[in-house]
Parts: sequence; C-alpha cells; structure tokens
Amino acid sequence: MKYAYYPGCSLEKTQRGYDESVREIFKALDQELIEIEDWNCCGATMYMSVRETVSLTVSARNLALAERMGLDILAPCSSCFTILSKTNRILSQIPEMHRDVNEALAEGGLTYTGATRVRHPVDILMNDIGLDVIKSRFQRNLNGLRIAPYYGCQIVRPDKTFDDRENPILLDRMFAACGAEMVYFPLKVRCCGGMLMTTFEDTALKLNKELLQCAIDNGAEAIVTTCPLCHFNLEGYQDRINKVYGTSFNIPILYFTQLLGIAFGLAPQKLGLDSSFIALGDKISTLAEAHYV
Amino acid sequence: MEHVAHTLPGLMTRTEAELHQAFLDQVKAIPAGERIRRCIQCGTCTGSCPVSYAMDIPPRQLIALFRAGELETIMKSRSIWLCASCYACTTRCPSGIKITDIIYALKRTVMEKQYHSKAHQVQILANLFIENLLSYGRLHEGTLIRKYYTRMGFWKLFGYIPLALRMIKTKRLAFFPTKINAHKSLSRIIKKAQEIEMRHIPEKSDYSPGFVGYKGIGNLTLEPRKGGNA
Repeated sequence: MKYAYYPGCSLEKTQRGYDESVREIFKALDQELIEIEDWNCCGATMYMSVRETVSLTVSARNLALAERMGLDILAPCSSCFTILSKTNRILSQIPEMHRDVNEALAEGGLTYTGATRVRHPVDILMNDIGLDVIKSRFQRNLNGLRIAPYYGCQIVRPDKTFDDRENPILLDRMFAACGAEMVYFPLKVRCCGGMLMTTFEDTALKLNKELLQCAIDNGAEAIVTTCPLCHFNLEGYQDRINKVYGTSFNIPILYFTQLLGIAFGLAPQKLGLDSSFIALGDKISTLAEAHYV
Repeated sequence: MEHVAHTLPGLMTRTEAELHQAFLDQVKAIPAGERIRRCIQCGTCTGSCPVSYAMDIPPRQLIALFRAGELETIMKSRSIWLCASCYACTTRCPSGIKITDIIYALKRTVMEKQYHSKAHQVQILANLFIENLLSYGRLHEGTLIRKYYTRMGFWKLFGYIPLALRMIKTKRLAFFPTKINAHKSLSRIIKKAQEIEMRHIPEKSDYSPGFVGYKGIGNLTLEPRKGGNA
C-alpha cells in the first residue's frame, strides 16, 4: 500500500526519532510513504482558538493535497491525527462549512471533496497489515523487557477511532507478540498536559510525575509512546520533575516505532535511537545493538 | 433599566447578555453543540478531568454557571485556560455533551470579545502560534518558545538552556524556521477563510437579554433523543 505521509511540524526535527523510525518500519513492511509536498501545520489545538472556518481551512489544505494524490493520510503525531480527523468529521456533518472551506481553498487552486481518510500508524500496522505479517518480520525477541505502553489522549479520543477509548489494547498486543512484558499501567490514556508545560508548568509537571511514578512503581524499564508531545514532556522534563519532587526518575522513553524497529532487527542509527535524552540502559542497548540485519 | 437589570434575579446584565450571545454563536458552530442543554449535573466531567483539581471552576460548575447566566464569572476563571483538551470529559459524558469543544468556544469568546484588558498567557501562546503559522506555514518550536518567554519574562528562557543544549547534542534543535513553498498561496487561503468567517458574525445581536436557565440557552434546537445513549 501507498500512503500520503504527513509528518507534522514536530517530527521534522525535534522528534526526528519518531519520523526516522516510522519511515524505517514502513519500509521494512514494504509499504510506501510519499510525503505530501508542501504540507502545512495542521493548526494543532492552538489553532482552535480562532474561528472555526479558519482553523478548518488550514487543516483541510492538507486533506486536499492528499486527495489530489489519491491516497490516505498517515499521520503519526496524535495532535495532527486528531485535528485532521476532526476536520474531516465536521466537514462531512456540516455541508455549509464544507462549502465555505472549499471557497477558501479555491484561492490556492485547491478543492476537497471529503475523500481522504486519516490514519494513525498503530491502526495501519495492527488493522491493515496485521499482527501475523508483523510477527513474520520479527528478528529479535524483546526478552521480557518490561514496558508501560502509553497511548495518551488524542489517538483514542474524542471519537472512537480504531481502539477502545478507555482501555486501548493494540500496542499491548503488538509488543506482547514480540516478547515484551506489559506492566500494569492504568494511566495509559491519562493526559500528559500537552502544551500546559509552557503555560501552567506546575500542573503539567504533576501530571507527568504521576505518569512516570505509576510506570516505575509497576516495574517498567521503559515507557512506549505514540505522541510527540507526550514523548517530549515525559523525556525532556524528567530532570525538572526530579528537582521539584525530589524523585530520581531516569527512565527511557521510546516511540513504539523505535521499539518495533528493535524487534525487527533494524539498525539503531536508522531508528533515531541516538536522539534520546536519556540513556537507554543496558538491556535496551544490548537488544538494539545485537547483530542487526 | 440597565440598573434594574443588575438587581433583578433572573435577568442578565448587558455585558453578560452580550457574552452569552457571542458564546451561543460559537456553540452553534459545534456539531452537536446544542447538547449543552442536556446536562444533568452528574459531575462525571469534573471527576474525569486530570486538571480539575487545579481549576477554580470545574467543568460541571461551568455548565451550571452558564445556565444561571453567570457568563462573567466564567470568563474570569482560570479553568477555561487550564483545559489541555484531552477529551476525557467529552468521552465520558452520559449526555453526549462536547465539553472540550464548549471550553474551546469559551476561550474563543473571551479572545474575540477582548474581555480581559491583559491577555492571558494561553492567549499569548495561541496568538504567537498563529503568527508563527502565518509566517512560515509550519510551526517552528524554537521561535514560538523564544517569543513567548520574551513576552512572559525573559529570564525564564535561561531555565531552558540545559534542555536546548541536550537538543543540540542529539541533533534535535532546528535553529531556523523553514517556510513552505506555497506560503503565499496558504496566506491567500487563510485571508479568504477569515473573510468568509466575518460574513457569519452577526453585526448586531438580535438576542433579547433577560432569561437565564433553559430559556436563556436561546434558540438552540436539540435533535430528538435516541434510545439510552446520546
């Protein structure tokens, strides 16, 4: 299959580990990703602070570009995924809005009929490609590595998309199949605070502290994420949390595609593992650096 | 008359009536936004909210205050800015109320009506985000953070030095923003969208203030209730 790849702003550089590993995983599974030419920012949650027509038009431009390619969008960032999906839903539910958005898009020579589907890599991997194919690609057993799968908010909410909203299970299945052990992690869909880290730091630090504490108390050796913002908050602010709360957290945070890449036996440098702020630890490093193919 | 309106129970002040109307205009643009009428005050939203502990007015109370016509109290609260849009409340609401979107509508109402003389920090960040998007077509996190702290207290940027250094070390810091090629075309599209939006904003409100409670919710029509689930 071919997909119109929409990396989103944070994957361009700040979260290059996610971008690199998504590309590698899809390549390893013989799927073709074609980056949407000249895509623009989806607007994220911030853009919703302006009137609807404007915010919907900004994200719809990307949907229109993908429609012209005749492909579904692959959006790894949770925020992009939610915003693009939401735009699709609103345009299909409110015809007047769809008309207005098209009128605006016409200024740039674009039009959108509503045909582009927005997909998240977890969905494609587990529901389209399937666990059997993924299993056949495993080169390495994760050897009982204890992980906390953290789904975050926006790939499962607000609408029921491809997994349960309260207790999603696809990542658990994916990694159980490659020999990892899922620790008890009841906060798997609890919010990390997102942009609150900038505007209400105290609140966001507390949310992230609770997430880290829960994972560590239950014996996790790594937290696996699906969202650039969750990833950055959990990874980049561990120091500050330790300072504020007197804790000594030092737990590696991995994108699910990076861990899957390790199980696939892909080269660590291709998975952006060198972009981690926190040392991966002996167990993960040994797994990653075992003879890769 | 205005003075009387202040004192009579069940009547809103002019400011409140205007805010009320502006908010209802926003709610109309939300698919299923009218379900706000169905709130049963069960508090599931507040109980599900990971940041309600830090709010002065938790989500259930926001809806109660809205019904009571206390728009000004809502507009002054820090709660609406604390929402990180995780959608936990929306997912669990037994009446199917789009609480997260309602809170977005409240944010937009405050921003549009320029209710506060001094912009809230979330508002500043939102505006800088939009400015960033308009300039480059994509978000450049470095520029956003730098500009935000230049406004909010430059010294706070020093706290980011260790993080920035780690980002440089791991090749994760983009020093300069990238501008998309179709930047001019995107600007034209956005300008047009703004013009279209302006058509929908009523010049003068036809709403007559006075009622609070269910009557005050205005002419939002509710779709018929289906089965048990909303």
